[in-house]
Amino acid sequence: MNLNELTIAEARKGLDTKKFSSVELTQASLDHIYERKDLNAFVTITDEVAKVEAKIADKRITKKESGALTGIPFSVKDVICTIDVRSTASAKILDNYIPPYEATVIKKIRKQGAVLVGKTNCDAFGHGASNENSMYGPVKNPYDETKVSGGSSGGSAVSVADHQAIFSIAEDTGGSIRQPSAFCGVAGFRPSYGRNSRYGIMPMASSLDVVGPIAKTVEDIALLMEVIAGHDTKDSTSVPDAVPQYSKNLNTSVKGMKVGIPKEYMELEGIDEETRKIIEEKIQSCKELGMEIIEISLPLTKYAIPVYYIVVSSEDSSNLGRIDAIRYGVQVDGTSLINVYANSREQGFPEEVKRRIMIGTYALSDGYYDAYYRKAQKVRTLIRQEFDEAFTGVDVILTPTSPFPAFNFGTKTDDILAMYLTDVFVSPAAVAGIPALSIPAGKTQSGLPVGLQILGPRLAEERVLQVGYSIEKTF
Amino acid sequence: MKLTREEIDRIATLARLSLTDQEKDKFADQISVVLTYADMLKEVNTDTVEETCQVTGLEDIMREDVEEPVSEETRKKILSQFPKKKYDLLEVKAVFDNKN
Repeated sequence: MNLNELTIAEARKGLDTKKFSSVELTQASLDHIYERKDLNAFVTITDEVAKVEAKIADKRITKKESGALTGIPFSVKDVICTIDVRSTASAKILDNYIPPYEATVIKKIRKQGAVLVGKTNCDAFGHGASNENSMYGPVKNPYDETKVSGGSSGGSAVSVADHQAIFSIAEDTGGSIRQPSAFCGVAGFRPSYGRNSRYGIMPMASSLDVVGPIAKTVEDIALLMEVIAGHDTKDSTSVPDAVPQYSKNLNTSVKGMKVGIPKEYMELEGIDEETRKIIEEKIQSCKELGMEIIEISLPLTKYAIPVYYIVVSSEDSSNLGRIDAIRYGVQVDGTSLINVYANSREQGFPEEVKRRIMIGTYALSDGYYDAYYRKAQKVRTLIRQEFDEAFTGVDVILTPTSPFPAFNFGTKTDDILAMYLTDVFVSPAAVAGIPALSIPAGKTQSGLPVGLQILGPRLAEERVLQVGYSIEKTF
Repeated sequence: MKLTREEIDRIATLARLSLTDQEKDKFADQISVVLTYADMLKEVNTDTVEETCQVTGLEDIMREDVEEPVSEETRKKILSQFPKKKYDLLEVKAVFDNKN
C-alpha cells in the first residue's frame, strides 16, 4: 500500500511510530497529484509550502508534540481563503487573488501541523453540481473518466478518492460536499449550520453555507470535526454549544435506534433502480445492526429545490456584489466606473455565476421580493418544521445521497433544471440546517459509487456519525 | 412568462453585468424556466407562516466596538492586492460622472 492511500488514523500511527516521515508521506501525495494531473482536481498545487510544512511537522513529531493532524497532507476547496496561497474560487476574476488572511477552520487545522498540498477545483463560487462550471476546466471522476466528479466540491472529492490528499476541507451550500463524495465513493459531511465557523469562506448563500470535511472513513470525519467545530467570535452565526468528542464516542451501540426511511425519496420518479437497490441493501444492514426501520413521509420534499434555488440565487446575487475587481482580483478596464465593474464581472465570471446573479437580482427586485424570496423563506420554515416533526418519531433518517450515480459530461449543462434537480436529495437538509453525512453504500454494475445519506436533528452530529460508523463497518 | 429584453437589460444593469446579446437571449429563457418552476411554491399555504431568516436561533450577537490593529506586513499584503494604486492609495475611476 502506498503512503498516500492511508487514512488519517492510519497515517497518525505510522508517523508517531516513525514508520515513515511527514516528508515522505507528503511527497507520496504530491507525486500522485502530478501523476494524475489529468483528473484536474487542483487549481493550485502548493509543493513549496507543503515541503516546508512537512519538515516542521516531522520536528514536532520527533519532539512528541504532535496533534491528531500533524504531518497529514490535505487539500482545501478553492472558495476557502488560505493565507498567502492563491484562492480563486475557480473563477478568473480571482485568478490573482492571494488572501492576506486565513479561514478559521483552516487556521485550526494548520495549527495542528497538517500539510497543505493544494487548492482544489470546484464549480466557480460553488455554483454547480458537476464541476463543469469551473473556469479551470471540469474534474474527471476517477472511477470513470467519461463521468463528472459531481459538484461543486468535485476537486476535493477526487483529491481524496484518488489518494492525492488524505483529506479535504470543502463547503456545502446545498449538497456540494455530499454529492461529489457520493459520486467518488468517499465520506463527506455537512454539519449543522453554525457548527463550524464560516469566517474566511467566500460566501455564496450566507444562510445555507457550511464548511465540512471529505475523508476516506467516518472515523476520519469525526477526527476532523473535533478539530474544526466550535464557536468563532469572527462568525456571529457560529453556535456556542460545546463540541462533543466525536471520535471517542463512535463505537456507541446503535441498537434500538429508530431509522426513518422517507418514501418521497425512495419512490422518487426517475430514481435509478440500481441506486435504490443498493440503498435498500444498506437499510437491511441497519436491521441487522438492531436498528428499527420505520417508513416516514416528508411530503414537502419536492418544494426544497425551488426554495433552495430562490434563496441561493438571491443571497448569491447579493454576496457576489463584493466581487467587483476594485480592491482585489482581475480588473478589466472600462469607460466609467460602472463599465469597469460590468466588464470585469462579464469576463471573470462563468455563465452559471452570471445566471444566478440575474435570477437573484430579479427575485429580490421591487415587486417580486414577496412572490419569490419571502415566499421561499416561508416554505423553508415548513420544511424545517416537517423535519422537526419527523425527528420526534425517529433518531435518524436514511436516504440515497443522489438519485443516480455520476453522469456523463455535457449531459445536463444546457438543461439547467435537470442540473438543479440533481440536488433533490441533498438540498432539503441544507434548507433545514440539519447535519447530513454521505458515506459509500456500494457500486453499480458498471463500477460507479453510490452514496447513502444519513440525516439527524440539529446539532446531533455525534449521533449521525455513530450511525455512519456502524453502517460503514458492515462492509 | 418569458422575460422581455427590457427586463433583462434592467436586471443586468442592476447586477453590474455587461452581458452579450447571446447571453441575454439565453438567460431570458432560462430565468423564465426557473421562475416558472418556483411558481410551484404557490401551492403551499403560508398565510400564517413566519419566514426562516436563520436557523440557529441566535439573537443579538454583539461585540465591543474596538479597533483591531493590523500588522504592517498584513497592511502591505492588502495593498499588494489592489489592481490599481497610487502610492498606498486605491485608484478608482470617478464615482460621480457628469455624463451619467
